[in-house]
Amino acid sequence: MINARHIYKSFEGKPVLHDISVSFDENKTNLIIGASGSGKTVLLKCLVGLHEADAGEIWFDDVLYNSLSFEQKKRLRRKIGMLFQGSALFDFATVEENVTFPMDMFTDWSTEEKRERANFCLQRVKLENVNHLYPSSLSGGMQKRVGIARAIALNPRYLFCDEPNSGLDPRTSIIIDNLIYEITHEFGIITIINTHDMNSVMEIGEKVVFIHEGAKYWEGTREEILHTDNTELNHFVFASNMAKQLKAKNK
Amino acid sequence: MRKIFTLIGQYLLLMKKVFRKPERSAVFWKQFVQEIEKTGLSSVPIVGIVSIFIGAVITIQTSYNINSPLIPKSYIGFMTRETMLLEFSSTMIALVLAGKIGSSIASEIGTMRITEQIDALEIMGVNSANYLILPKITAATIFNPLLMLMSFMIGLLGGWMMALTSDIVNPSQYIEGLRMNFQPFYIVYGLIKMAVFNFIITSISAFHGYYASGGSRDVGRSATNGIVSCSLCILISNLILTHVLL
Repeated sequence: MINARHIYKSFEGKPVLHDISVSFDENKTNLIIGASGSGKTVLLKCLVGLHEADAGEIWFDDVLYNSLSFEQKKRLRRKIGMLFQGSALFDFATVEENVTFPMDMFTDWSTEEKRERANFCLQRVKLENVNHLYPSSLSGGMQKRVGIARAIALNPRYLFCDEPNSGLDPRTSIIIDNLIYEITHEFGIITIINTHDMNSVMEIGEKVVFIHEGAKYWEGTREEILHTDNTELNHFVFASNMAKQLKAKNK
Repeated sequence: MRKIFTLIGQYLLLMKKVFRKPERSAVFWKQFVQEIEKTGLSSVPIVGIVSIFIGAVITIQTSYNINSPLIPKSYIGFMTRETMLLEFSSTMIALVLAGKIGSSIASEIGTMRITEQIDALEIMGVNSANYLILPKITAATIFNPLLMLMSFMIGLLGGWMMALTSDIVNPSQYIEGLRMNFQPFYIVYGLIKMAVFNFIITSISAFHGYYASGGSRDVGRSATNGIVSCSLCILISNLILTHVLL
């Protein structure tokens, strides 16, 4: 379990996160949702350690992340896989080199073993015959899949995904969402997904946390989200006229 | 003033992250060799071209400035050698390299920053500063002083070709001047300067790239700032080194 307790974060005196306490469960796809600028990316970056929280505690299972030294943090991060919004693939490396990169850095596996593992990860995300291509020659959806393959290369315990389907068409988005969902359950990991895509929420949101203006406003499941009376959440979820009409019809 | 101290502090903290033991020595050496190619070998043509022309120009200018019949013509060779060795082959070449490899390093690392590739390295548990910057600094600091020697030799060759193709100085007098009162320490002085300048170029441009933020325009700005800072630091350190070493 990942547990964040009383997280505060501000930039140049401007508060961005305000007293956020939330836990993320194992073997579940945990979604952080919220409007653009609500602070969800900052929260995700605080959780993975790319931003340092001004106050609060972040626990990875029974390890208090804030109390770790630089080297200890580095060791913990080897258990983390992350899919970035823009994929963040290394443009100097081929697809295969991107996937084998964590293995090159942290394992003593032979070249053959690394290649086998890379092929397994690429097949797992349904990518074949792209090993020797460079990221720039792949489509957005393929880049995301390579990003997932790289993230799971070393069997992570924690998987973080920042806007995994931003910039993708609805069909590819669903493929990526399902892939993350399947991997979460297949490997029994803790997955945290940052999104504002309601399709993702309804598709894979086993636990949903709603962030609004830097504070946690609501927490529940995708089923509960449809029946909540939380005004801010309703404004966010049923933003479009079509969604409003559907909700009225359901009532 | 406060901003300058903040930048210096930020730079020193980055260097503290850079100068750590690499995660994997095999990976480091592979990158080291690649960086020798990228920062050193790829600069050979530009260094060669600039040096041969400057050597020739120094020869012409020196001959025009020696009007007195009391000064032997061999002094043209002597002056060309001293100018090339003491100043041009280290300082001027370093300024050329600041433009060439400094901008390349700042924009490469800056692009990696804004496309979250550096974040990806950090998340994996890789010390991104060490992984990206250390091979560049070591390769340039160790290999690029050889460019200074190369520039020196080619510059002298340029002067000799000028002597050969014009009547401003006899080639044998030029060669005689090259051999006159040679101080081997000047070679060491040039090599030390070049090593320091290359450390400055790679570390400062990497610093500007590493802390780039925003979009492509900001990466361009960080590359420009990198070159300006490198050039300024090269000139200041040139003054200090010359004062200390000579």
